[in-house]
Amino acid sequence: MLYFIGLGLYDEKDISLKGLEAMKVADVVYAEFYTARLFGTTISALEELSGCEIKILTREQVEEENIPLNEAKIKNVAFLIAGDPLIATTHTDMMIEAKKMDLETQVIHSSSILSAGPGISGLQAYKFGKVTTIPFPEENYFPHSPYHVIKNNLEQDFHTLVLLDIRAHEDRYMTANQGLEYLLKVENERGEGIIREDIIAVALARVGSPNPLVRADKIKNLLNEDFGGPLHSLIIPSKLHFLEAEYLVAVAGAPEEILEE
Amino acid sequence: MVSRRDKMISKIKELMYQPEYIRNIGIVAHIDHGKTTLSDNLLAGAGMISSELAGDQRFLDFDEQEQARGITIDAANVSMVHAYEDNEYLINLIDTPGHVDFGGDVTRAMRAVDGAVVVVCAVEGIMPQTETVLRQALKENVRPVLFINKVDRLINELKLDPNELQARFIKTIASANKLIKNMAPEELKDKWQVRVEDGSVAFGSAYHNWALNVPVMQETGINFKDVLEYCNNENQKELAQKVPLADVLLGMVVEHLPSPDESQAYRVPTIWPGDLDSEEGQGMLNTDPDGPLAVMITDVSIDKHAGEIATGRVYGGTIEKGTEIFFVGSHGKNRIQQVGVYFGPERVNTDRVPAGNIVAITGARNAVAGETVCNTGRKIEAFEGLEHISEPVVTVAVEAKNTKDLPKLIEVLRQVGKEDPTVKVDINEETGEHLISGMGELHLEIITYRINDKGVEIETSEPIVVYRETIAGKAGPVEGKSPNKHNRFYIEIEPLEDAIFQAIQDGDIKEGRVKGKEMAAKLIELGLEKDQARKVWDINNRSLFINSTRGIQYLDEIKELLMEGFESALDDGPIAKEKVMGIKIRLMDAKIHEDAVHRGPAQVLPAIRKAVYGAIMMAQPTLLEPVQKVFINVPQDYMGSSTREVQNRRGQIVDMSQEGDMATLESKVPVAEMFGFAGDIRSAAEGRCLWSTENAGFERLPREMQNQIIKEIRQRKGLTPDPYGPDHYLG
Repeated sequence: MLYFIGLGLYDEKDISLKGLEAMKVADVVYAEFYTARLFGTTISALEELSGCEIKILTREQVEEENIPLNEAKIKNVAFLIAGDPLIATTHTDMMIEAKKMDLETQVIHSSSILSAGPGISGLQAYKFGKVTTIPFPEENYFPHSPYHVIKNNLEQDFHTLVLLDIRAHEDRYMTANQGLEYLLKVENERGEGIIREDIIAVALARVGSPNPLVRADKIKNLLNEDFGGPLHSLIIPSKLHFLEAEYLVAVAGAPEEILEE
Repeated sequence: MVSRRDKMISKIKELMYQPEYIRNIGIVAHIDHGKTTLSDNLLAGAGMISSELAGDQRFLDFDEQEQARGITIDAANVSMVHAYEDNEYLINLIDTPGHVDFGGDVTRAMRAVDGAVVVVCAVEGIMPQTETVLRQALKENVRPVLFINKVDRLINELKLDPNELQARFIKTIASANKLIKNMAPEELKDKWQVRVEDGSVAFGSAYHNWALNVPVMQETGINFKDVLEYCNNENQKELAQKVPLADVLLGMVVEHLPSPDESQAYRVPTIWPGDLDSEEGQGMLNTDPDGPLAVMITDVSIDKHAGEIATGRVYGGTIEKGTEIFFVGSHGKNRIQQVGVYFGPERVNTDRVPAGNIVAITGARNAVAGETVCNTGRKIEAFEGLEHISEPVVTVAVEAKNTKDLPKLIEVLRQVGKEDPTVKVDINEETGEHLISGMGELHLEIITYRINDKGVEIETSEPIVVYRETIAGKAGPVEGKSPNKHNRFYIEIEPLEDAIFQAIQDGDIKEGRVKGKEMAAKLIELGLEKDQARKVWDINNRSLFINSTRGIQYLDEIKELLMEGFESALDDGPIAKEKVMGIKIRLMDAKIHEDAVHRGPAQVLPAIRKAVYGAIMMAQPTLLEPVQKVFINVPQDYMGSSTREVQNRRGQIVDMSQEGDMATLESKVPVAEMFGFAGDIRSAAEGRCLWSTENAGFERLPREMQNQIIKEIRQRKGLTPDPYGPDHYLG
């Protein structure tokens, strides 16, 4: 048996009761934190809560050595993943392999930035388009595609949830400020007038924690604002429904002029 | 009182501004044919060094190692003033090494000069290295004249009569002209033939300091019969007074070799790819000292006192001390401390050096040979890179004897790599075991000596041969998956067409990521299918990477990563982590994840690398070994023992010929078998042989040795003894 267990967004208490029970019946518990990380807790806190020993696997151990899959042939394996296990990750591939290997599987969901982000921003889930992630730029890799996704969404009046790169092994987490700078740099190279300093963006930080931050303002005002510790995300809203606008002004400190549009 | 030296220096500074009175020349030859003796005597003849010192002292062999081994290792620069007819001329001369292991120096020197004196020993005639250096000169559009040296030996040792003497010369001249015809640029190959009657061929003895050509013979009335008499009567001293070497040779240089303003007009279009109608293009074509600055660095040496000295040719503008210069390739900036020209073998500082001259720049930190220099704020297109005809085939591992020298060793290794671009240095700070690769055993011995000389004691491993990996079959489509399995690349692999491989090898096609459309036309001409030729992305390690897909979303965003992955796969092949060469890879299809973060470098690089590795392992992977041509000249009696020496080393005899009682043996021997050859052939022929080598590329290692050698390399590198099969990469 292979359990894919979501750990949710922030601390050890975001796991579901169902997930906790599955951990307890498992013979071995693995976790990966290369796709995301829980900032409000530690492994030992989760071990204490569940009474299980947790082994952390690297990307190589999961993707190349297939440790959870191979172990699941003879044991009950719990595989812990931050957020909701099969969304915004690439673990669907493991599900396919598991089916091919004739393994029993169970997916135990938890909260994800994909629902919590739009939710806490007050923007209607029905109006979101494609999601995109901004990667840390590297030599030979500075993709413009996040910009394209935003552009295409805006053309169809869709909001865009913009996730920001996580390099857990290097202890680097992209800030909302860096994400906005990235988009402005692409704008500068392309000159299509999509990401202007005077459009509204929403910065999200520490969603799922007791003190999450939601800030909506013109990009130029957000660029130098300190949003505090990780993790951060961004939303580039398109046309706002009047309730969405009211929410952003009341909850996220957006300028009142957006109410007039 | 103004000394003679000051007068000369001020003369040099005056002539610098008159390109029509400048000759930039190189002296090239097969090893031991007498270049350095010739250069010394030219300097002495021009009053630059004492004539006592010339000849025996090998003045231009600065390095202790050069003096000790009796060979020239580095190219050395000297300048002199020579009066010819009613004018004075500034001759800038570069003496280059003849040993095959130091071929890179010759290539670089040729970029600095406009003409070359090709020295050929009268006894041996045109030798393989003569051919190589002549090819290097002609490839750079450098015009040759011929000096047949050691004529006294034909008379005194071989006892030839005047007719036989002339027949011998005609033969040497004919073979030189044949080479020029084959290798010179199309429009110049007839004009550049060397001719006895017009004086572009001279003969004489560099050692005894005399020379003759037809115009001088007519002028002085000295004929072959006279020469015979002078030689037979051991009175070459008198001959040297009547027809001094320097006068005759430098006269030939002034008369037949082009001045910089003449040569730059036809050379600039081939060595500089920029727009010829631009201001800088016109400046270079016209050798204009007021044009934008354009300097090509051809040599970098480290002076104990002055630091890094970069030597280069000023093609356009004027380089001035105290100005800021820009390195086009590395984007570095530097303020020049001093600029200088050569006076005899010394550097003399001056305020500025104009177009058409060879300059020594002090304070050009981080310059490397091949770099283009311009003024900051007036950027120009880079010169064409310098092509090295040969590449490293032997490696030694180097370790510091004392751990305290570890940091210094790294610095010294970097310096050595900078001074000699044909040395490849791999620094491994983790293990402290660094690798230096060079052109041959001798080359590495010299490099090792230099490192010790710079104050770091080192230990070196036995020399190790550098192998190459390739394929003998085809495979594909092969699927390479990214670690997250969400990105997949499909490639086909096959051996690269011979004609294209050869064109890359010869430098007719340049390696690098393909930009612009000219490359497609060249490749089509060489027989590549049109569809493929137009979509070549990258040429690397004598291999092609072709995009045969159409309309795949996001492919453009990861194109650079795919090329980087392809290049890195070829640097460390799957068989034994040696370089891969001679393959053609076509990307047939690609499936790419929607989100940029799931198709970044961490996913794409391993995916394409694995596809390449898996494909190689499915397409009859094959190891290649470097081979050398070995030429041996021995008395007939030692032919048998010399042949055996070659055959014992897996050598193949390519050709045998005989002249008088001397025999010439041409063979091909794997580099791996050549270690210690010098000693063995010496004893086989009881010291009575002359031999030389030339690198001759890579050939397939015999089938029965493949597994054994692969195991040895892998174990040496700390890998599993057997290479992984395709499943390891494709599973």
